[in-house]
Amino acid sequence: MKLENDKTLVRSTRAAYADALLQLGAETDDVVVLDADLSESTMTCKFAEKYPDKFYNMGIAEQSMMGTAAGLATCGLTPICSTFSVFACLRSGEQVRTSIAYPKLNVKIVTTHSGLSIGTAGATHFCEEDLAIMRAIPNMTVIAPSDYLETVKAVKAAVAYPGPVYIRLGRGDAPVLYSELEDYQIGKAITYKDGSDITLIATGVMMQRAIAAADLLEAKGVSCRIIDMHTIKPFDHESVEKAAKETKAIITLEEHNINGGLGSAVAETVAAVKGEKAVVKILGIPDVFGGVASAELLWDSYHMDADSVCNIALDLLK
Amino acid sequence: MSNLEQTCHTIRKDIVRTLSTAGCGHPGGSLSAVEIATELYFDKMHIDPKNPRDPNRDRFVLSKGHATLMLYSVLAERGYFPVEELQNFRKNWSRLPGHPDMNKVPGADMTTGSLGQGLAVANGMALAGKRQGRDYYVYVLMGDGEQQEGMIWEAAMAGAHYKLDNVIAFVDRNGLQIDGPTEQVMGLEPLADKWRSFGWHVQEIDGHDLDAISAAVDAAKSVKDKPSVIIAKTVKGKGVSFMENKVEFHGKAITPEQAAMAMAEMEG
Repeated sequence: MKLENDKTLVRSTRAAYADALLQLGAETDDVVVLDADLSESTMTCKFAEKYPDKFYNMGIAEQSMMGTAAGLATCGLTPICSTFSVFACLRSGEQVRTSIAYPKLNVKIVTTHSGLSIGTAGATHFCEEDLAIMRAIPNMTVIAPSDYLETVKAVKAAVAYPGPVYIRLGRGDAPVLYSELEDYQIGKAITYKDGSDITLIATGVMMQRAIAAADLLEAKGVSCRIIDMHTIKPFDHESVEKAAKETKAIITLEEHNINGGLGSAVAETVAAVKGEKAVVKILGIPDVFGGVASAELLWDSYHMDADSVCNIALDLLK
Repeated sequence: MSNLEQTCHTIRKDIVRTLSTAGCGHPGGSLSAVEIATELYFDKMHIDPKNPRDPNRDRFVLSKGHATLMLYSVLAERGYFPVEELQNFRKNWSRLPGHPDMNKVPGADMTTGSLGQGLAVANGMALAGKRQGRDYYVYVLMGDGEQQEGMIWEAAMAGAHYKLDNVIAFVDRNGLQIDGPTEQVMGLEPLADKWRSFGWHVQEIDGHDLDAISAAVDAAKSVKDKPSVIIAKTVKGKGVSFMENKVEFHGKAITPEQAAMAMAEMEG
């Protein structure tokens, strides 16, 4: 793993998805892509343009898309379904559960516009439930990449990984965090930065807020560990247990409801740690439908701005 | 009695015996679909029970996944697993659950049971066949109550859009669903017109007439560039007089006395 030196570099995770698909299209004929009339937004249109015979637009019919993907997978193909996160996990949640996850079919579901990333479009199109829903479905692997390169790695690793995988991506530009990720592995968290006083664990594009908060904390003499928890399931218990024992507090950050996502997974793990251990503070969307504002402003309003995280951390360490 | 008729007869007895042993199951919609599945598994389908995952085989998706009494009896009689194993139906830790699990049941091509999902899966199998240059057919058996699921019509649109002439769907039109007659619960008619308007080749037949089923499948195979649906008029509970056209036998066990009565009736 190498960190990106240029801190001003930004690229969206959905653009990374489009690039990963183009690579896969060149490498294999087993991968086919399905979309539900959102190919411009999910950026699967780039794959569709290059490989029209490997792309199926299923129309505005997410349930049909998931079922069709299940059927394709029974015949040895590796279908990747794309739409917005909210539609994949809620409109077609039961098809994902019963026709894909239960028979353990090799379908990948890569969604965009997760969390609050669609901004002022409003809460109909937000998705703050997917990690909780997908995490509760047996056989499902759940991934939320943090940046461009991690997304490319995740998509390609998911295709090589047997069984159903759900990947949630954002919409807008996100800071490029990594310049190299040779050791990327599904289910293995990345320690972005080591530290000994407090651990910030983030998933998805909230990594950028964890990093910004850590910069403030380090300036105040607080040593921060930052864990990039890109895989929500299977969960890397070991890195969390270690953080719970080696640092005094853990703060989790996710663009998801505080119920059922990363914070819950961390708290469940820490609860089972014996002996002296860190307290856990969960930051995320506080069980409300997001308001009408840009994603960045909404993250701020839910205390995931650098100043708030810094103050919460200092309070926890008192 | 022809061989196929004899097989239907044997399968009906398997269904009643299995239902009686299990103490639960869905007899009504299993008995109504016996001729459809028998004609497919014992005549039309290119399958080999010794090679159940042959990529070139014809597929069968039981979209009305509760009709496992029928499916398992057919699969067992066709040689996918021993007929004696039917006595494990819905028993603790058996591999024959109330709704089929493709990873447990030998010969089951898809995991089903939540209504509405089978047709889209069949579409996926059919698209894969066309992609991979395999000339198999995908048969899918839907219930009539199941036609109320919105997803059926999403899949109907997709099947016509992608010109899936390798999909041959059946609707087991027995007229009854759990809460009563389909036309009282949520009217389906004119059902054939609905399918026609969605771009499907539609046939309406007597679903207990093996020759009619055979002819309809042959006709469906001759249709190019559009998928086919065969609306098979059937009798729920067919073959057991006290079950026929009785809503309550959708998912109801029978007493040992009723089982004996049914067996005696079928033994004739």
